[in-house]
Amino acid sequence: MCRLSAITSSDYISPMENILALETMKEGHDGSGLGLMLKDLGGPFKDMKKYPILSAICSNRGLETLDEFMKSQGFREKMTWAPSIKQIAGIERREHYIAKVYDYPESYKDADMRVKEDLLMNTRLAIRKIGEPDESIFCFSFYPDVLTLKEVGDPLAVGEFFGLDNSDVKAKIVLAQGRQNTNYAIYLYACHPFFIQGYGTMTNGENTAFVPIREFLMGRGNPGYMGYNSDSEVFTHILHYSNRQLGYPLHYYKDVITPLKDNELAKRSDGAAMKLLKKSLRPLCIDGPNCVIGFTPDGSVFMVQDAKKLRPGVVGGTAGKKFGLMSEVCGLDSAVPDRDKSTDIFPMKYDMVIIAPQAREVKVWNQLHV
Amino acid sequence: MESAARLDQNHQLTLKEFPYIVRWREDRCTRCGRCTAVCPVKAIEPAVRSQRIVSSEGSSPEPQVTRRLTHVVQQSTDIDRYCIGCTTCSLVCPTDAIFPEYNFQHKFNHYKNKGGIPYMRGGRRNDPSVSTLDKLKFTRISMLTDPALDAGRHEFRIRTILGRNLSPDQLPIKVAGDKLELDPKVFVPPTREIYPIRIGSMSIGALSPHMWEGLAMGITYLNEVEGLPVVMCSGEGGMPPSILKSRYIKYFILQIASGYFGWDEIIRSLPDMTEDPCAIEIKYGQGAKPGDGGLLQAYKVLGLISKIRGVPEFVDLASPPTHQTKYSIEEAVAKMITSMSMAWGFRVPVYPKISGTKTARAVLNNLARNPYAAALCIDGEDGGTGAAYNVSMDKMGHPIASNIRDCYLDLVKQGKQNELPLIAAGGVGKAGNLAANAAALIMLGASAVDIGKYIMQTAAGCFGDEYNRCNVCNLGKCPRGITTQDPKLYRRLDPDKIAERVVEVFKAADVELKKIFAPLGRSTELPIGMSDALGVGEKDIADRLSISYVC
Repeated sequence: MCRLSAITSSDYISPMENILALETMKEGHDGSGLGLMLKDLGGPFKDMKKYPILSAICSNRGLETLDEFMKSQGFREKMTWAPSIKQIAGIERREHYIAKVYDYPESYKDADMRVKEDLLMNTRLAIRKIGEPDESIFCFSFYPDVLTLKEVGDPLAVGEFFGLDNSDVKAKIVLAQGRQNTNYAIYLYACHPFFIQGYGTMTNGENTAFVPIREFLMGRGNPGYMGYNSDSEVFTHILHYSNRQLGYPLHYYKDVITPLKDNELAKRSDGAAMKLLKKSLRPLCIDGPNCVIGFTPDGSVFMVQDAKKLRPGVVGGTAGKKFGLMSEVCGLDSAVPDRDKSTDIFPMKYDMVIIAPQAREVKVWNQLHV
Repeated sequence: MESAARLDQNHQLTLKEFPYIVRWREDRCTRCGRCTAVCPVKAIEPAVRSQRIVSSEGSSPEPQVTRRLTHVVQQSTDIDRYCIGCTTCSLVCPTDAIFPEYNFQHKFNHYKNKGGIPYMRGGRRNDPSVSTLDKLKFTRISMLTDPALDAGRHEFRIRTILGRNLSPDQLPIKVAGDKLELDPKVFVPPTREIYPIRIGSMSIGALSPHMWEGLAMGITYLNEVEGLPVVMCSGEGGMPPSILKSRYIKYFILQIASGYFGWDEIIRSLPDMTEDPCAIEIKYGQGAKPGDGGLLQAYKVLGLISKIRGVPEFVDLASPPTHQTKYSIEEAVAKMITSMSMAWGFRVPVYPKISGTKTARAVLNNLARNPYAAALCIDGEDGGTGAAYNVSMDKMGHPIASNIRDCYLDLVKQGKQNELPLIAAGGVGKAGNLAANAAALIMLGASAVDIGKYIMQTAAGCFGDEYNRCNVCNLGKCPRGITTQDPKLYRRLDPDKIAERVVEVFKAADVELKKIFAPLGRSTELPIGMSDALGVGEKDIADRLSISYVC
């Protein structure tokens, strides 16, 4: 089992807070990797919010290829940030960990955000295609105000390795996953969190229904629905598909992955629509065991469980200040110690916990009461 | 040296040429005559033989030879009266004195074409080897990292959708505030939620009235009492108007085939129908005899059958191999689907059934573009039939496993695997493993499976097997009374007992499906296309089906 640690806050926080929370949940992960995804960035990225950030790991050659490619596509580099790497025993250092901020190509300057998002995704996919065969480039995200860091190793050690304990990189939303390597070889593209066009998610658990879901997603005609080195990547894409592509409000994500029974749907005010939706999106239904934590482009953060097997998950914090979404209470105690514990939320089979942007408020959507 | 008389018999067959040799034990036989009376093909007969008896009395051996006449049970060597191995003789014998034994060295196929007429029979492909379906196993077992479900405790939803599902981007749904709303004015194709194992098309006519009634009662009980929405298909030949007009019609799929038999009655009943049928199946082909039309031989066209079908008694009812009015899938088939849909106001799913074939994908791709096509049923080479040429049954057709897999993967490529359900038939439960075969086909991509021969064997004790046992369904002489219109034969069957068995079979299969799906960790939706759960010990099969090779 992996361990998940997400924080959404009205103030900028250090990703070390998430890592320390993961450290308290150490019994639940084997230190086989750490994935960090930061959104709504502070520090050096604070004034760059409208420019896309490309997060990647490259070899020397890969970096050259990347620069040439980006230039050829008309992207103009505005800034490069790299973590100050500290050699740690047991972590094999790769040549370049980079976050490059670009300005859009001239022809896209005034384009609609949806058009820009397609450009960014297609560029990321093209880079992945170039760098994947010889592993010279791993490109995790390319989107404004989002930064991704991943490496194999114990989360605390990886945090130190990236120098995050002394870094000025901060964010208002941080997803962190401490990896428990199960089905798949330790491969960076298999590490959570996963990202597509402003949506990032990480998952705890194994996805039994992976193959039919993957096949359904791959048939949607979206080039971004690819990769799938992890069975959890589909959760990011289901979210993207239901929320962005189909335009359904965020809480319907729960209805897509764990649809209600027909007799339960009949009691809902949107029951007629849901019955149809359930049939058409039937292949996206999961059986768990999964706990999914993620964010959307507007800065909402959520936690959701499958309807049967459930993975541990708890949400707690203070509205307007900070919320933690963790696998375990000890992680929450580490990240948000001064909260009212009596208001902690343990989402169950029908629930989806959604925290509004800037940690403004927390809302529990219950599928039975929509 | 042989006598000249002996040579005169040179053109006769010996018992060694026959598929079944009757073993009769003189010492046990009481000469009651039941076996010879009951034999459906008169393969055995009473005969009188002169017997040489050597006996000795007294303290020292003094053999005395005497001859006496005795009654024996004799097997015929007339090819038209070959023993079919049905074992009805064994069933009636009070002293276990008789049973037919399979003869592996037989040369039956060499001789069964007397008068220039090829061998015709019922049953299915005489291939007793292990089918591909039976070679597939479920190898993705949820263990520790992904807890398995509990077949006895967790809630399982073993249901499938028959009918066209809209693609998500075609749904007439709009966002209103933070809710979704349905636009009720937009047409949504009809669908049915049914049990994924169906009783496939077997007509009243092919089946005896008792058999059909038993099946019909069984599925009705399953629907109304057990809550299992099992449906069955009428086959070609219609249904009694009393059922057409009843509320039970919703458990039946009406089949229209190339002879259109029975459709006069159906059309006449339409205005009085109180409920819609489950679906309409347009039969274009049958797995057991691709390229052949339906055939109900004259022996079976009696009373009720001739009435329902609107034909005189005692005539061969041969449906043409193809629908005579259909010349193209793009136009004529589409029109037929639309016409049938129109007859029920677009409230009933309409889909075609074809034989397994290499060209199935071409059919599929046409249907995928037809918004009114509700499914595609593919009947593989191991499907059964009531009457066909042996050559059609044994040598024509396509195995269902790779056919359904190819079609499913084609739909996946188009992203339409959830829109057009595939129904797999032909050899499901051939070796008795109904749930395992059904689950394997579902994981290869089928939304549902059809059974025919399996339910006849399981619910009514059909003798047929892949060693050509019995298989006289075409002659109306079915010794069990399953495929005959002769009241003397079908009164042997008790419809209540058949119904009871149907219920038992489906309840047991339901438990077994749960026992398969639970360790795979699936319970909410049917694992359609969950091919990662399958494994097979033969590399070629694994490669062909795109599943894992395990050893």
